[in-house]
Amino acid sequence: MNAPAKGFTPSRRDVLVVTAATAGGALLVGCSPATLLSIGAKTDFGAFGPFIKIAPDGAVTVISKHIEFGQGNHAGLAAIAAEELDADWDKVKVEQAPAIAKVYQNIGMGVQGTGGSSAIANSWMQLRQAGAAARAMFVQAAAARWSVPAGEVTVKNGVVGHASGKSATFGELVADAAKIKPPENPTLKDPKAFTLIGTDRVRRKDSAAKSTGTARYTQDVHLPNMLTAMVAHAPRFGGKVKSFDDKAARAVPGVVDVFKIPSGVAVVASSTWAARQGRDALKVDWDDAKAERRSSDEIMAQYHAIASGQQTPDGEAKWQVFQTGGDPAQPMSGTVVEAAYDFPFLAHATMEPMNCVAEIGGGKHKLTFGSQIPTVDQLNTGKIAGALPGSVEIETLFAGGSFGRRANFQSDYVSECVHIAKHVGDGRPVKLVWTREDDMTAGYYRPMVHHAVKVSLGADGFPAHWRHRLVTQSIMKGSPIPAGKGPDATAVEGAMGSPYLKATPIVDGQVSLPPAGVPVLWWRSVGATHTAFVMEHTIDQLARKAGKDPVEYRRALYQKAKADRHLAALNLAVEKAGKAADGWTQGVAVHESFGTVVAQVAEVKLDGGVPKVGRVVCAVDCGLAISPDQIAAQMEGGVCYGLSAALYGQITMKNGIVDQKNFDAYRVLRMSEAPTVETYIVPSANKPSGIGEPGVPVIAPAVANALLAISGKPTLSLPFVKPA
Amino acid sequence: MAATSLDINGKTVSVTAAPDTPLLWVLRDELQLTGTKYGCGIAQCGACTVHLNGQAVRSCQTPIAAAVGAKITTIEGLGGTHPLQEAWVKLDVPQCGYCQSGQIMSAAALLAEKPKPTDADIDAAMNGNICRCGAYQRIRAAIKDAAQNASGVAVAKA
Repeated sequence: MNAPAKGFTPSRRDVLVVTAATAGGALLVGCSPATLLSIGAKTDFGAFGPFIKIAPDGAVTVISKHIEFGQGNHAGLAAIAAEELDADWDKVKVEQAPAIAKVYQNIGMGVQGTGGSSAIANSWMQLRQAGAAARAMFVQAAAARWSVPAGEVTVKNGVVGHASGKSATFGELVADAAKIKPPENPTLKDPKAFTLIGTDRVRRKDSAAKSTGTARYTQDVHLPNMLTAMVAHAPRFGGKVKSFDDKAARAVPGVVDVFKIPSGVAVVASSTWAARQGRDALKVDWDDAKAERRSSDEIMAQYHAIASGQQTPDGEAKWQVFQTGGDPAQPMSGTVVEAAYDFPFLAHATMEPMNCVAEIGGGKHKLTFGSQIPTVDQLNTGKIAGALPGSVEIETLFAGGSFGRRANFQSDYVSECVHIAKHVGDGRPVKLVWTREDDMTAGYYRPMVHHAVKVSLGADGFPAHWRHRLVTQSIMKGSPIPAGKGPDATAVEGAMGSPYLKATPIVDGQVSLPPAGVPVLWWRSVGATHTAFVMEHTIDQLARKAGKDPVEYRRALYQKAKADRHLAALNLAVEKAGKAADGWTQGVAVHESFGTVVAQVAEVKLDGGVPKVGRVVCAVDCGLAISPDQIAAQMEGGVCYGLSAALYGQITMKNGIVDQKNFDAYRVLRMSEAPTVETYIVPSANKPSGIGEPGVPVIAPAVANALLAISGKPTLSLPFVKPA
Repeated sequence: MAATSLDINGKTVSVTAAPDTPLLWVLRDELQLTGTKYGCGIAQCGACTVHLNGQAVRSCQTPIAAAVGAKITTIEGLGGTHPLQEAWVKLDVPQCGYCQSGQIMSAAALLAEKPKPTDADIDAAMNGNICRCGAYQRIRAAIKDAAQNASGVAVAKA
């Protein structure tokens, strides 16, 4: 059996707990990290606990411990609680939780945070129980008031009733219900009795605010006496300020102060435009002695040299096994297929560039912004401000996208804002604004990756021996994971554990993680952004070599690997797609990430040499579907995000300086290029799994497989469209 | 600093910013009309789209001097009940939502000019507005929905 090598894969929980604990300093014995990190926090909740508030008029508010930055989780989270509570869904509101790890930790992470497509999955039982407990309190209050057995009391749409004709709204009962002790183990509904979950009624709660300009983002924060800051950053990663001349900057009307902080030179002003003009007028001399000066081509050349054996990696770059099976020492025989793939750096390029508002000093340490991992942001803020992490207050706002960018162990832009606010002092609010150029050149990219794959086919045409070499930069290196735990799982996930490797008798999968001075980070769907492409596009090449239909080839491999969910998703997508329209060619890909399996059939044609994607049919198994509409929205958006990167996305560097600074050079998908996406959900009674990321990594290999069918040529590097 | 007089959402307002200040920052910082967003600063993303005499323009590249005397309409000026806004809510178009003010303003200018736009019209009018969440399919559907439901209704008054 070819199981992934065991014992080295830290879960995201391990990673974050360790990070949090080490960054926070001494770990108190007998105290969980989440509790430790909450010291200093105010924890005062109403009668219905930390997840549900019910106003005197009966209005129900569900508290979300997860940030909403587009993925639609607020709708799903609220629906879970509302279902068990039998609230009137149309009147349910959602509010963002404060930062208190002890209460609002992500059960899969051990700290408060959103990521890994985990919001619904880790909140599922928690919110069901919260809703059911509140419902039981209303039932008991009504039973007491009406002197009837609790078992005879019903709840529907926020109205409590009894067969005798008695009825009362939540508002009429809430004062009594709030006095009842919440049951510890409330009875949950049989999912077959759900009336809200899984229906098209589960819709977003924020559409009106986001269609009228009234939704509040960090960029929109205005506080009394607030200053706006911009920072001049080093042009190369790792560069430092040598000296600066601020005379012209200080002469700009509105500029209040100019000073050095660890990440550059800050210009603080009375308005954004003044800060911008002040920064433009600043003259900074940079010290690049320790900066990364290589070009992206040079880094990729090193990856090639390592993968081909020309260069023997040492130290932290030493080859590490991520999956093995059979006897890899056996020579390959028969038909052998080789393919090597290159993937560029990618920027997240959220619509709202990174920003933060901080108030530090005078006994205050407050952040107001779109915090993705509040606990880590509290820790980093606490270290700079000299405060207990739990006492750092965070008001989390809507964020204009993240795609992984805001989940950052260093809290890079947050720390920058805190340094500035600390210098300004007295708790005076400071809004740090990054321009698009700041955002795009700041790094934390999806790392460059090189894969070299060599596969021999058995007499039956299926893989007999799979050799896989993967070279990339480690995302987890910047985090204090205990040493000796093996390769960074975020680099190999998706190749590691692939059903195709499970179905192959001899497997030799190894990864090398040479260091580079470019900050890298997870990018929506993380390792799958490249492993899904390599596995899915290689499979089509193998099928063709074996003279087999790629869909049939996959079916046989999934049967061998007992990958039933892959098979079901593939079958549903293929069935719904039917035959390609005239002039279009279909490509298929299937990938599992974050517990969810997605199959996509893409219809592609070449338009002046550029791939045009017309229709994409998605089949998704994400366990029990909470909000079919938002699952479809995430497939639609995920396809566009993945296709944007596949068609055009790449960050390159020359002499260590990033070439792409704005959307003129970092081309992204636009309206005329967006495909029509259809989504079909594989029926499932399993507990829900993620949906924010799994749609992203499947589209690029589906398109590449269509292009392979059109031209017979594999796609060995992304993006598809190379700049002129 | 000399005051500049601007006509914004039907009201005359006086602002103190220098004449070369981009309209975007005057709207956002001085007037606190924050529905109009900053996205790129170089007229590449459309998040800052407003109307100048009914035409969609990028306010990040429009100095206030160029807006004097024009009727300026921002997302706040659409009133919240514009057929496009209703269609946006009906179809749950927004994801992160940050680009949507700009998307709606571009679409409103389109519908004012072409009440029944074709797909090609939508492509042409909307290609300057980036949505990184990739809500394009629903944006297109919502424009068509609004066009359908707004027949006979004067949309996007300048």
